[in-house]
This record gives sequence, structure tokens and C-alpha cells, in this order.
Amino acid sequence: MKVLCFALFACAFNLLLGHTGIVSFGHAAFFGSAAYATGYAVRDMGLTPEIGIAAGMLLAGALGAVFGALAIRRQGIYLAMITLALAQLVYFTFLQAPFTGAEDGMQPIPRGRLFGLVDLRDDFNLYFLVLACAGGGLWLVNRIVNSPFGEVLRAIREHEPRARSLGYAVDRYKIMVFALSAALSGLAGSLKCIVFQLAALTDVHWHMSGDVILMTLLGGMSSVFGPALGAVLVSALHHYLDALGAWVTIAVGLIFIACVLMFRRGVVGELAEFLSQRRVAHASPKEGIDAKI
Amino acid sequence: MEIFGVPLQALLGQIMLGLVNGSFYAVLSLGLAIIFGLLRIVNFAHGAFFMAGAFVAFMAGRYLGIGYWPALVIAPLVVGILGILFERFALRRIYRLDPLYGLLLTFGLVLVLEGGFRVAFGSSGQAYPTPPELRGAWNLGFMVLPIYRAFVIAIAVVACAVTWIVIEKTRIGAHLRAATEKSELTQAFGINVPILLTLTYGAGVALAGFAGVLAAPIQHVNPSMGSDLVIVVFAIVVIGGLGSLLGSAITGLGLGIVEGLTKVFYSEGSTTVVFLVMALVLLVRPAGLFGREET
Repeated sequence: MKVLCFALFACAFNLLLGHTGIVSFGHAAFFGSAAYATGYAVRDMGLTPEIGIAAGMLLAGALGAVFGALAIRRQGIYLAMITLALAQLVYFTFLQAPFTGAEDGMQPIPRGRLFGLVDLRDDFNLYFLVLACAGGGLWLVNRIVNSPFGEVLRAIREHEPRARSLGYAVDRYKIMVFALSAALSGLAGSLKCIVFQLAALTDVHWHMSGDVILMTLLGGMSSVFGPALGAVLVSALHHYLDALGAWVTIAVGLIFIACVLMFRRGVVGELAEFLSQRRVAHASPKEGIDAKI
Repeated sequence: MEIFGVPLQALLGQIMLGLVNGSFYAVLSLGLAIIFGLLRIVNFAHGAFFMAGAFVAFMAGRYLGIGYWPALVIAPLVVGILGILFERFALRRIYRLDPLYGLLLTFGLVLVLEGGFRVAFGSSGQAYPTPPELRGAWNLGFMVLPIYRAFVIAIAVVACAVTWIVIEKTRIGAHLRAATEKSELTQAFGINVPILLTLTYGAGVALAGFAGVLAAPIQHVNPSMGSDLVIVVFAIVVIGGLGSLLGSAITGLGLGIVEGLTKVFYSEGSTTVVFLVMALVLLVRPAGLFGREET
């Protein structure tokens, strides 16, 4: 279930990075705020989980629109730094807000009954809820990427002035995709909050933003579902190396460095490259023969 | 005496604290600005090198019995060499790519460095003693001024001034600036640009290490001391205008004071005020206070 949440998170993030060419270093803010919003709605206001999740998504989406509006005033590296700083603003807000339990985080958050009918305390039911939401989210990402809207985003990524000169309101598209990506990240955060019954500061901390970038980079940002694979790998890494304590951080850091230096296309990208090269290698001798004949 | 219902002593004390923080911001953002200006790399690892500087001073003190004053020279050197190695073996390969890869690469280094020190020393802080010559405080009549803090501010201002002079007024600085403008042409004039870049990265990082040693007696030396700081410094660099040396130094000091003042009047807001200022500045001047709009 954790893997599913992160897979959704990474794909939502990649909507910005891979498909629009915007690097946000502040996605933990969306993930974490949604987790807190859901926690607050479900625990302190006694609402049902579906309203909690909706509240989380709504907050994250609104936050995303604000971040987007501020951040797209600059480009590239500046944009990344601005989102990072804004996310830190959110982090400190949650650190000090009275309802968040500061260092301890919000717990325990009741899982409640979905629509008042389905008991989510049953792991089986919960699993299918998460599966459905994550699946729906991924489907939506895929849908967005392969829609006319996605085409415009790609145009912006490839050549922004040109997209602008073609008459597209580039800034509006950017803010929109920012909000969309944030809302989907929020969905991931809300689900995670329900699953673990916990909303904590680590969800908002910038390490989380770094993690999601690593997942995306590792999986391959050129594809739609590559980041999901990256999320699986990183989660597995955290899970199996957990016993090693701080060494995990070192391992993750080294993988990060290796990715940036050597496999910038990510697992999926490298695989696709490998396959296409093989196809070429297989095809060429034949062509040679054809030429002789 | 009171100003806006706050005792003058407390007010001045907080401004003082703000200035001390501001000095760190200024020295760090200066190093960041130099590295970005010349290498086009946003050095995410700056905070980690700051932390490494503090740790090297601490380790030198504990295992080798080296005192504060030698450490003030040795630690930046060690950190600088670390930086040079990193530049040589990793950063150099990605100069031609989008600067974002630099950000990601140095982020990886942060994880490695932080994890490494955490393995070696644990997450809790280690105390580093203030050097005996700088203990105590001066009583200025209207406030009490701890000597060490005054020293930090003074030396930070000196460090910024020296860096600025080296870059703007000396031959090496001229070469550096030439190398950023037209690196191939500069190379054709017989200047070894790759070495220049390596040394620049080393120097910028050494500056961060230097700030780390300065901070060691004030803060607890711990693995995460740089990670939150570096984001504040990023915000400061955005406010000041990335690439502007003067802008980063002045903004660093100024925002330190702003932070100190916020602590007096609305203490909950003191950690966020820098980011709020950043948001406001961006709304009015997207290029930053001292920056030029780049195309």
C-alpha cells in the first residue's frame, strides 16, 4: 500500500518534471499538507475518510496553484529553488501549528468507514481502496499526458517561446499542471495518511521532495509509468536496508549520484534504449544482405 | 527603555543574534553565488560542507588536540580538498548539461555526507568549546555583548570583503570572470580553465567550511545542522539575485536582522519570515533585489 502511494506520488510529480520540464523541489509540501488535512478532517472533525481525502486533494491543489503562480515567474534552477523555499515555509507552518503535534506528528488517525459503509479497519478493504485510488490516479496521469492538454505541455517543455508564439497561454497551462500535479500528490499523501493512521513532519520535509525526485529519475522520467517503477525500487531499498540505519541514506545518496552521472534516462529509459539498439543490431546484418542482393 | 513595548536590551540582543545568523547566511550565500556564477552549478551540498567544516574542527579538537585557531585554517582546507575531489570526479562530467543535474548531483552528495557523519557520530549534537581568548562578554552599558559573537560578525564581514576584492580587483578574479564569459577564448589565451573551475569550487566550498568552524562553538555540531540552513540560504540567494556577490552578502546580513526582529515581535514567525520575504520579492521583482533579468 505504501508502494502504491509512492508510485502515485512519483507519477504525479513526473507530470511536471518529465512532461512539462518543470522541476519542483517542493512536492513534499503537497504530499504532507494533504496528509495533515486528511488527518485533521478525519480525526478532529470526525468526518468520513472520503471527505478527508477530498479535503487533502483540494488543499494540495490550491497550494499547488499558489506555488505555481509564484514559481513560474522564474525558470529552471531558480524555479526549483523557489519551490524548495516555499515548501520549507509550509514545513515550518506545520511544525508550529497547534493541531499538528509538532515533532510527534498527528496520530492516531482513525480509518473510519468509507461512505459510512465499508469498514476500512479491515486491511483487505483498505487495500482495494488504495489500489482503486492509486490506479485511478495513474490512469488520470496517463490520460492527461496523452490528451491535447498533454501535447501542449510537451510543446512547452520542448520550446517555450514557440508554444507562446503559437498563442498558448503558457503561464496558465503551467499553473494548471502545477495544481493538477499537486492535487494528485495530495491524493497520494491523503491515502498514505489513512493507511498509516499518521501524518508526520517527515511527509513535509524536503527529504521527501528529494526522494520523489530520485524515484522519478531512477524509474525514468520520459515515460508515464517509469516513476512508479522507481517508487517500487526506492521503497524496496528503504525496506530491505532499513536495518542498516544511517547507511541507507548513504546508499540512496550514492544511487542518486550514479543516476545523475550515468543513467539519466532511468531504468525504463535505459531499457527502451537497450531494446531499440538490439533491434537495430538485429536488423542491420539483414539490411546488409539485402543490399548485397 | 522600551521600544514598541519591548525592552531595548532584548531588542538589541535579538538584532545581535540576527546579525550572527546573518553573517553565516552572508558567507554561505557568497560561496554559493561564486560557485553558481562561475560553474553554473547550484551547490545543494553547501550546507553539508558547512556541517563538514564544523565536524572537521570538532574531530581535529578531539582526536588530534588541535585548537580552535589552527582549526580555523585546517578545516576549510580539508573541506576545500573534499570539494575539489568531488568536482574532479563527479561535477566535471555534467557541466554541459542543464544546471538542474548539478542540483541533483550535489543533493546526492548531501545524502552521502549527512549519512556518513550520522553513522560516525550519531544524530545528537556534540559540543565544541569556545576558544578561551573569546569567552566572556563586554558590557556596553545598554547591552551585554558576548565577545565570540562579535568576533564572528567581524570576521564574516572581513571574509566577505576579502572574497569580493579577490574576485573584482585581482588578476585571478579577472581570469575567473573571463572564464565565465567566454571559457574557450580564455583557454586560448593560455589560461587553464578546468583547473580554475576546480579551484573555484574548492574555494567556495572552503568558505562554507570556514563558516562551519565559526558556527561550531555557537551551535551543537550535528549532522543535520546544514540541511535546513542551506534552504534559507537558497531563499536568500533568490532574494538577492543569483550570481550577484554583493547582493548575496548584503541580503544575508539584512535578512539575519529581519529574522532577529521577527523573533522579538512575533516569535512563531521567525523561521518563516525569510521565505515570506522571498515570496514578496518575487512578486515585485522576479530577478531578485540585486539581480539582472537573465534571458
